[in-house]
Amino acid sequence: MSFHYEARFAAIGGQGIITAGAFLATAATLEGKYATQSPTYTSQVRGGPTKVDVIISDEEILFPKGNKLDLFLAMAQKPYDRYYSELKENSLVIVEENLVQNVHDDGHRIIRVPIVELAEKEIGLAVTISVIATGLVVALTEIVTPDTMQRAILSRVPKGTEALNMKAFQLGMDVGTKLK
Amino acid sequence: MSRQQVYNGNELISLAALDAGCRFYAGYPITPSSEIMEVMSKRMPKVGGGFIQMEDEIASIGAAIGAAWTGVKSMTASSGPGISLKAEHIGFACITETPLVIVNVMRGGPSTGFPTATSQSDLMQARWGTHGDHPVIALVPGTATEMYYETVRAFNLAEQYRTPVMILADEMLGHLNTMLDLPDPATLDLVERKLADPKPGEKYRPFAMDQGDVPPMGAYFRGYRFHLTGLNSNEYGYPTIDPAMIQAQQERMMNKVANHTEEMLKNDAFNLEKADILTVAVGSTGSAAKQASKDMTADGNDKLGVFRPITLWPFPEKELDALIASGRYKGLFVPEANLGQLVLEVERINRGRLPIQTLQKVNGFPVTPDDIVKRVKEVF
Repeated sequence: MSFHYEARFAAIGGQGIITAGAFLATAATLEGKYATQSPTYTSQVRGGPTKVDVIISDEEILFPKGNKLDLFLAMAQKPYDRYYSELKENSLVIVEENLVQNVHDDGHRIIRVPIVELAEKEIGLAVTISVIATGLVVALTEIVTPDTMQRAILSRVPKGTEALNMKAFQLGMDVGTKLK
Repeated sequence: MSRQQVYNGNELISLAALDAGCRFYAGYPITPSSEIMEVMSKRMPKVGGGFIQMEDEIASIGAAIGAAWTGVKSMTASSGPGISLKAEHIGFACITETPLVIVNVMRGGPSTGFPTATSQSDLMQARWGTHGDHPVIALVPGTATEMYYETVRAFNLAEQYRTPVMILADEMLGHLNTMLDLPDPATLDLVERKLADPKPGEKYRPFAMDQGDVPPMGAYFRGYRFHLTGLNSNEYGYPTIDPAMIQAQQERMMNKVANHTEEMLKNDAFNLEKADILTVAVGSTGSAAKQASKDMTADGNDKLGVFRPITLWPFPEKELDALIASGRYKGLFVPEANLGQLVLEVERINRGRLPIQTLQKVNGFPVTPDDIVKRVKEVF
């Protein structure tokens, strides 16, 4: 069986999750795999339910939307409700503990992390939640190595924010490693 | 220098345009095409080209047409609502025989519709969007790679046939991010327009009737004067009411596509030999159909074949007719992200020979491989 991995991140527009999807797809391509990042969002600049599908494969990807998700990550209840579907058996579900409280209990592995609280208390900046989330994803799934994810993040974040983003990524890694 | 990196689909269109030699862009931003303009605004000045954001879509295609007549390759981009506005000048570009690339990154419609959603509901707009008989070339990329290479081809066709060429992308492909290794632009096969070179004292004829289907093109500011108008013109570009001239000019204009269709066509064929169901689909729906065919084969059913026209207009009529006439297929299947546009062309060519089943999705989300597998199982 060839390698094929599907991830979906769902959030509220403005939380930065589409960028997190770009980090993951970029990291996978840095490891020599095919990867696509395909966002879905609404007309609002921020506030609407948003998702991003990332497909990672060792074959060319003909269709960039997920339908057998290995990983579903949700940052808020509304996008969780809207985009919680198409999961495989025994998928990994990561939710923002305080913002997604109504979670389906249907056999998937559920990880709850207070991502926003971590961002505010540990990093001092709520905008880093999507980077913390990528740290969680890397620690919990090992789908890409921490090193390539760091390179992917650094290749896409604005100059001057590198140290802050690396700190946020490491926080996600540390929290994720403890939950493994 | 390696050009391997992660690109966004719209970005690929812009980079391809620049690699193909496009040196003028005029536009007005609209979701989901705006990244094309964003990239052009940054990169065009670096290659010495012209970039301008006009006051609206009509003005921007007008500027792009004007630029083309100064001798440069020119482009504009928009989405359905903006293409509706550009329709008037698309006709002007057709009748003045202006090489021009027009990108439509399709979104839900009609009107402002669903700006951030994907769609294929402008297939017929591309064919009939402006009034009057007019030649149309429209290309429908179905992958990120094709977003690049079909844009290059669009410029080549526009230059070769002196006519506007439309690229029908869609939101999903426009916003898709993926890694590609772009070629060295020097390795691309590029077509340049046949330039007119009137001798001193000789008058340039922009619509010459004795130079084949595609008369050489002049350029303003190169030492000679000529006239262009949206009215039916004589060979010199001045309005005429001479019935024989109008008839001959109209027919020559249409013949640029009619006589050269085979040179414009490009199709993708997938699993057509083993299959007994012939899927006809374009763009991202065509790619979804290929994945559906692979998924079905993995499940032990290799009966789904896919014929994917990459040149939508002119339509690959002979090729589809031959497949239908081959006797290999028990039915035609036409999935599309609209309420039945491509199927009209398939019905016309099928002439009732095979039963046709459809899948028509307009909820803002793309037709998926699962949608196709499910529908095929339902109806065949």
